Amino acid sequence: MSENRYIKDHAHEKSLFMSRIIISSLVGLFFIFVIIIRLVQLQIVEYDFFNQKAQGNRINLKATLPPRGSIFDRNGKVLAENITAFQLEIIPEQVEDLDRSLERLLSLKLIDQSQIKAIKQQIKNSQKFKSIRLRSNLSDQEIAIFAANRATFSGIELQPRLVRNYPQKEFTSHVVGYVGSISKQDQSRLNRSLYDPNEKTGKTGTELFNEITLHGEPGYYQFIANSRGRQIPINPTDINSNILQNKPATAGSNIFLSIDLDLQILATQLLDNRRGSVVAINPNNGEVLALVSSPSFNPNIFNNNLTSNAYDELQKNTNQPLFNRAVLGTYSPGSTIKPILGLAALQLGVVNLTHRRLCKGHYSLPGNTHRYRDWLATGHGSVNLHNAIAQSCDVFFYEISGQIGIDRMHNYLDQFGLGQKTNIELTGERVGLIPSTLWKKTNFSKNEDKTWFPGETVIASIGQGYMLATPLQLANATAALATRGKRFKPTLLSAIEDPLSKIKIKSEPQQLNQIKVDSVTYWEEIISAMHNVMQGSGTAKNVGTGASYKMAGKSGTVQVVSVGQEEEYDQENLDERFQDHALFVAFAPLHNPQIAVAVIVENGNSGSRVAAPIAKRIMDQYLGF
Amino acid sequence: MISNSKNMFEFRSKGSGAFLMQLLKLDGPLLFLISLISLIGVFVLYSASNESLEVLSRQLLRILIAFTALIITSQLSIDFIRRISPWGFFSGLLLLLLVLFSGDIGQGAQRWLNLGVRFQPSEVMKLAVPMMVAWYLYDKKIPPTGKQMLIIFILILMPSFLIAKQPDLGTSILVFTAGMLVVFLSGIHFRYIIILIFLAFPSSLLLWKFMAEYQKQRVMTLLNPGSDPLGAGYNIIQSKIAIGSGGLFGKGWTNGSQVQLEFLPEKSTDFIFAVIGEEFGLLGLLTILLIYILIIARGLFIASQATDLYSRLLAGSISLTFFVYVFVNAAMVIGLMPIVGVPLPLISYGGTSMVTLMIGFGILMSINSNRKLLST
Repeated sequence: MSENRYIKDHAHEKSLFMSRIIISSLVGLFFIFVIIIRLVQLQIVEYDFFNQKAQGNRINLKATLPPRGSIFDRNGKVLAENITAFQLEIIPEQVEDLDRSLERLLSLKLIDQSQIKAIKQQIKNSQKFKSIRLRSNLSDQEIAIFAANRATFSGIELQPRLVRNYPQKEFTSHVVGYVGSISKQDQSRLNRSLYDPNEKTGKTGTELFNEITLHGEPGYYQFIANSRGRQIPINPTDINSNILQNKPATAGSNIFLSIDLDLQILATQLLDNRRGSVVAINPNNGEVLALVSSPSFNPNIFNNNLTSNAYDELQKNTNQPLFNRAVLGTYSPGSTIKPILGLAALQLGVVNLTHRRLCKGHYSLPGNTHRYRDWLATGHGSVNLHNAIAQSCDVFFYEISGQIGIDRMHNYLDQFGLGQKTNIELTGERVGLIPSTLWKKTNFSKNEDKTWFPGETVIASIGQGYMLATPLQLANATAALATRGKRFKPTLLSAIEDPLSKIKIKSEPQQLNQIKVDSVTYWEEIISAMHNVMQGSGTAKNVGTGASYKMAGKSGTVQVVSVGQEEEYDQENLDERFQDHALFVAFAPLHNPQIAVAVIVENGNSGSRVAAPIAKRIMDQYLGF
Repeated sequence: MISNSKNMFEFRSKGSGAFLMQLLKLDGPLLFLISLISLIGVFVLYSASNESLEVLSRQLLRILIAFTALIITSQLSIDFIRRISPWGFFSGLLLLLLVLFSGDIGQGAQRWLNLGVRFQPSEVMKLAVPMMVAWYLYDKKIPPTGKQMLIIFILILMPSFLIAKQPDLGTSILVFTAGMLVVFLSGIHFRYIIILIFLAFPSSLLLWKFMAEYQKQRVMTLLNPGSDPLGAGYNIIQSKIAIGSGGLFGKGWTNGSQVQLEFLPEKSTDFIFAVIGEEFGLLGLLTILLIYILIIARGLFIASQATDLYSRLLAGSISLTFFVYVFVNAAMVIGLMPIVGVPLPLISYGGTSMVTLMIGFGILMSINSNRKLLST
């Protein structure tokens, strides 16, 4: 029975099954067809797209960094250079026992306990085959220590790297500046496509201002990398090798500064770590020969990451060694502006050459009892303009100040570049301040403060009150006196040199406005009074008398605290920080001026006794005496 | 009879090699095609493993074991295989339950059972489920009645559910498919098929609820691989780049940059299809697909020649399931399907699945030699 059923259904069963097999086959072939269509789409139609994607996957780009340009003084002496220094690097994947290796480095005093956590973090965050810096700038002794123990370390090596070196150390730090790691602020300033994140960039001085010139342009090379970025060696005969491209880096240009290193060193030594500044300028082209801010610092300490708190110490130092007083420090110019005001008085006809005034040691405005004191309590007696400059008589200038008026004072001081940026090649330069009625009106918020008072004109006439100038501005104004009104933009740049061709491009002096007066005799009158200051009967006659060349100068002694009406200035009993600033401006030789100098010694008490000798020594050296 | 004399004629003309084949109850064409694709697979794997001799020797050992399993299975008579089918099915079901309570955890899922050697009971079910369904239908009149179909569904869904719970959605779907293919081949009426397709929509929603977060993500990634190029979409993007950049002729053996520089993930296992695409191009992939089609065609031919319902249904299901493996793997690698972790049969690196496949081919050969035995 069952046999019968089996035979009966056999044919039907088989044909039913066969139809199902055929249907399955057709459906299967359709699916295969779909896959083939998709493969044709990927491998034929979109081949170029995916091929490019694959190339993009495997070809990596690495920048080759340009060597930074060197910085020289005007005579080619090195101020900043790249030197090879050894740094300790670790390749994590080659280290057998990281903790033990770090401990051993610690016991050899090659790393600091405080570093270890940061090192471990860095190793964790980066690829295992990439070299990580443990220490830079190893000393000879440290190199020897590591070399002796090298066999016991795996994956830790000494690597030569270029670091910035400043052979003149403290002597040029404010002019040359220094380089440091790229910070957040730097990133917004720099063209980031030109920089590697580990690169250093100029932080201050010439290194900062001329960053683009010094940096150069990076090149690149392409290499084959796997999915984790590891470089895969490639056989040069491989067809792949010719698709890889290279572009060499363009080295940064060398910069020759106008600085005379010998003069710079002398000026630094003369300031002898006192707070102060010296700026010397060639009046005939505006080239800055010396630019010193004291105290200074050794920029090389920033290369060594072990002494990172050295920076904090410098910042905490109350003498502010990091602060560039030459362009950032603003001081009351004091009596150093008297020659300019004297010139203004002559040109405006307020005084003539024979005009005399009586100095009783103090001055009061009409209808007012307030006494404006002369620095010489006994008074200078009868003085003309020449004596007033030579003896630095304050009362003479008090008396004529009302006739000149604050706005005309402003006008003449302005022509000498005071109260405006000199646009020297340093970042952050201060404007200073030459007040005027307009300035007072626009810069004070309260109505009663907006009015200019006659008394303010009186003290402005001896460079006090609101008036502020940087040492560079004072040197620049003195240079304009020396050239009888021919002005140049002060510059630190002498030439830029292409490092490969050694072609030097000299920078051209940039002449500014000519200061015009009606008669040459006005200039000669003022300059002869300044000559008298140093080599006649003037305030600094002890400094200049006996020199074998003719020089001109003007002292300034500026109050830091105001002395009350009935009090006396008592140097002995005043805290050092409240003692007067000593200022001196000078130029030489008298008739063919080669150098103009401004000297400021903070709390130096006397311009003629403290600042003037410094100016004299600088002019001696520069002129070869 | 006519067929008999024809076989005798073939027998004489083929000579001693064919004689040995028949003696060992092996099917020459099928064995040749399987050996060919395994050999190609070894070469591809050598390149995909970055020329690792260790991987190569382990794979060769697996192939040896798998072929041994094939030969042993092919010696069994199909009647014996049919009789042990329910035993195989229920002991497999028991093992699945054991895994559920005490299985080792491998790759985030409970799939392995440690019985001296570690093996996955879910692999057994890939064969045991179609065997069980075919056994059940063996002496029934086909197409099956509604009541019979209900029993069959229970038989298929029990192991599928247990495997899905491990969770191993890929294998679960393959086991379910293998069982359903027997049902389809048994000639169920098309109205049932239409009903099933309509049921597929709500049940796929149910499936979505069942799926783990990473599985849902895979589906979403398929729809928009660019949405997360470094995360879930990375595999599909890189495998499409590998295949696309292979072009017509490929970059040459061991020269695929996507493979050798390790941009392509899981290149030795689930994504080995992309390795072939990159290094041997469209022509290489078409060759591989052609060999697969020939294997399936031979399997379906054996099914069509089988003398009883059990053999017919089982041979058809084994062949079509093999097709499903190939299609699902290829479709997932070229971005037509979500990534479900199905290896490319006979080529991907890995142990258990190759043994299962070879046992399946052994059954096919047993069915074939049984037919010849009957016809002589």
